[in-house]
Amino acid sequence: MDQNLAICLGDDALILGHRLSEWCGHAPSLEVDLALANIGLDLLGQAQFFLGLAGDADALAYQRDAHEFQNCLLVEQPNGDFARTIARQFLFSTWQELLFRDLAQSKNPDMAAIAGKALKEVTYHARFAAEWTIRLGDGTAESQRRMTEGFDWCWRFTDELVSGDNAALRPEWDARINTTLAQAKLDRPKPVRGITGGRAGRHSEHLGHILSEMQFLQSAYPDAVW
Amino acid sequence: MKNALPLWEVFIRTKNGLSHRHVGSVHAAGPRMALEAARDVYTRRMEGVSLWVVPSESITASDPSESASLFDPAADKIYRHPTFYAVPDNIKHI
Repeated sequence: MDQNLAICLGDDALILGHRLSEWCGHAPSLEVDLALANIGLDLLGQAQFFLGLAGDADALAYQRDAHEFQNCLLVEQPNGDFARTIARQFLFSTWQELLFRDLAQSKNPDMAAIAGKALKEVTYHARFAAEWTIRLGDGTAESQRRMTEGFDWCWRFTDELVSGDNAALRPEWDARINTTLAQAKLDRPKPVRGITGGRAGRHSEHLGHILSEMQFLQSAYPDAVW
Repeated sequence: MKNALPLWEVFIRTKNGLSHRHVGSVHAAGPRMALEAARDVYTRRMEGVSLWVVPSESITASDPSESASLFDPAADKIYRHPTFYAVPDNIKHI
């Protein structure tokens, strides 16, 4: 079970890390550019640890096809505008923070160590994304519209995070989300029918596009070294 | 967007016992976000243990045109420099 969990968490981190790397050089300001790249690199490090716990991290990252990935659907969603990226990050990092806080107490010492290290990182990610959520939600008419649209886009993918094995996290996750949304003067998105399946390898078309870029070198030049 | 955000001066304490030193500036909407931006821009490589951010507009700077009257008079007063003392080797930060 731990191996399956490690793959899920590793894939989450790997795919979202790649998504954030797409912002590099394109973010609204130098400060945000570095912040998003930092978060992406933190996630890449987490992916290396989690996938390393499950097996050969490089092979798992570069030699699997889309249906073998077990990341949640939220992380593979396109960046959209900055507000949507922030919405995705806030929803995801808040979830990661709650989950890693529990996993840091895991009976598996490796899992506990990785989660404990990652917890420090994701606590910052969640705080960063919450700050921006508040700033944009309680900002101008345009930033509020964009932030609302960002949450609306992401909302249907959040069920997957807090159901099944992680259903116990839902009340606290809900409370954290509600608190920040209230501070941001944003309405909680209306309930929608959640879309799930990522954990079982049923992905949106977006994942294939991510992999074709991420795995390009390995596909074109298998086992290349320098 | 960037031009609309206020500027903050960033100071880092590199380790306990040293003073905060000015390292640069960031744009941010508020003090907390300025701290986060400073953390992301200036402490990526373990540069510090403490951060200060100060609104740039709070800083009153000396006028470059007055530098002659402000600073030049000190130039020929070498007796104000502690160069006539032997500094012990193990004193690192004086």
